[in-house]
Amino acid sequence: MDYKKDFPVLVERNIAYLDSGATTQKPQSVIDAVEKYYKKHNANPHRGAYSLSIEATEAYENGRDKIAKFINASREEVIVTKNASEALNLVAYSYGLDNLKDTDEIVLSIMEHHSNLVPWQYVSRKTGAKLKYMYINDNYELDMDEVKAKITDKTKVVGIVHISNVTGTINNVKEIIDYAHSKGAVVVLDVSQSIPHMKIDVKELDADFVAFSGHKMLAPLGIGILFGKKELLTKMTPFLYGGDMIEYVYEDHTTFAPLPSKFEAGTQNVGGVVGMSAAIDYIEAVGYENIEKHERELVDYAVEKLSKLDYITLYMTNNPKHHSAVISFNIKGVHPHDVASILDNEGVCVRSGNHCAQPLLRYIGIDSTCRASFYLYNTKEDVDRLVAAVEKAYKMFEKYLKK
Amino acid sequence: MDNLEEMYNEIIMEHSMNSYNKKKLSSHDFCDLGHNPNCGDEIEIEVKLNGDVIEDMAFSGHGCAISQSSTSVMIDVLKGKTVKEAKEIIATFIGMIKREITDEEELEKLEDAIAFKNISNMPARVKCALLAWHTMEDILKKLEEGEK
Ligand SMILES: Cc1ncc(COP(=O)(O)O)c(C=O)c1O
Repeated sequence: MDYKKDFPVLVERNIAYLDSGATTQKPQSVIDAVEKYYKKHNANPHRGAYSLSIEATEAYENGRDKIAKFINASREEVIVTKNASEALNLVAYSYGLDNLKDTDEIVLSIMEHHSNLVPWQYVSRKTGAKLKYMYINDNYELDMDEVKAKITDKTKVVGIVHISNVTGTINNVKEIIDYAHSKGAVVVLDVSQSIPHMKIDVKELDADFVAFSGHKMLAPLGIGILFGKKELLTKMTPFLYGGDMIEYVYEDHTTFAPLPSKFEAGTQNVGGVVGMSAAIDYIEAVGYENIEKHERELVDYAVEKLSKLDYITLYMTNNPKHHSAVISFNIKGVHPHDVASILDNEGVCVRSGNHCAQPLLRYIGIDSTCRASFYLYNTKEDVDRLVAAVEKAYKMFEKYLKK
Repeated sequence: MDNLEEMYNEIIMEHSMNSYNKKKLSSHDFCDLGHNPNCGDEIEIEVKLNGDVIEDMAFSGHGCAISQSSTSVMIDVLKGKTVKEAKEIIATFIGMIKREITDEEELEKLEDAIAFKNISNMPARVKCALLAWHTMEDILKKLEEGEK
């Protein structure tokens, strides 16, 4: 299938866009849905009695229903945020600060994106709870032995990324969640890199909190989702205060709105939710099975081609079943930023740097990588362009490399 | 950029991959670390003075070819210059990168550092080229303020 034709940026520009792990391009249907909302239905939701405002409210709340159904949650459990980072901060502030004390432990995987790591450092500093890490093995995977060694009866929060945005490792989150629960811990699952590629069922996973960004799954920028189990969200204090999240406001105190509004202060991003709904429609129309099949072929092809270049280091598991659509690599002796600039000159967009995962890169013993990340609109031709550009980059540096 | 090889030219490649300026001095008067948190580049610059003349310089650290070579070339250019001359050269280099100074004659005092002129065509890499020069600017500022 040719999905590229649905994506105006990819039609208009002759590029191999291999940075979907950072943000995806948007299909015409998402762009149209956002445009239609602003052209026909825009008003401040929840605040007006006139029909236009009611239309905006409906657009927003119907979007919430769609998102809830998409991840198999109930609507009160779906909080709209501006991105995954805000969703994860919400958990750290509203759950972490109130529920942890100095004899407790927070356990994170070393693969966490800074957004599920730095907030917990803050919680640790404020509450005195100890911060511990689960490390990966030589195959860039997290062993259950390591999980069981680190999660103890003292552990109150476990932060785990479903798929690493650096190594592409798919963590066995179901097993980790079950184990954490057996120790009485609450699990904060980051599905930012998995929900674009695979079905996420929060009930089946039984995670307590689940965070992701819309912009990595075809939706517009500026929209993210936090799922939280109702019994947890109900007991938590609000994260942000202000309009729309209240019930009665007196001079000296306030009672708060019920879920989910309690966690949604201020005028919300209706256009973003509308775009997210259209993104879900697009993904469902294609189907996760087809996305996975297509990406599997592409990634296998890319790994096969790149592995043949003996000057390349790949930072990924050799078990394809545990690896998603992200390939981190380096040309030995050449800095990733130089590689990315040369690739850019060939119309190949990859990210270079530490990918907001400095502790992971430090643990692996490097300071940056090039990262090619794939999505449904990528083609074998994109992979060929990547490989040709990598070969070109190596040739430019070859004669200067210290042997 | 039309011709990337123009940017990754002989001077830049040689200086980035095999620089004789990448070492430690046996003693220095000033030393400062320049870093770019976005990309992780870190460059430590050592300066040894003799009166108001820059007698020797060296650097250590890691980063991309642009930041490494820019540091090494800067050392070649600034060594043997007075502090006042060095400040002028740094200002000229920064002006060239920002395309504020284009006068060929004025740019001549940059010697080999003129090789970085086209970096302004690669906006994502400008900060790499400037890292060492900004660090050196800070060192000279500290020197003027009389602190060691
Ligand atoms: C695994 C993971 N978690 C969290 C984030 C943060 O997403 P955002 O920057 O949209 O908040 C990202 C993306 O950068 C990510 O890859």
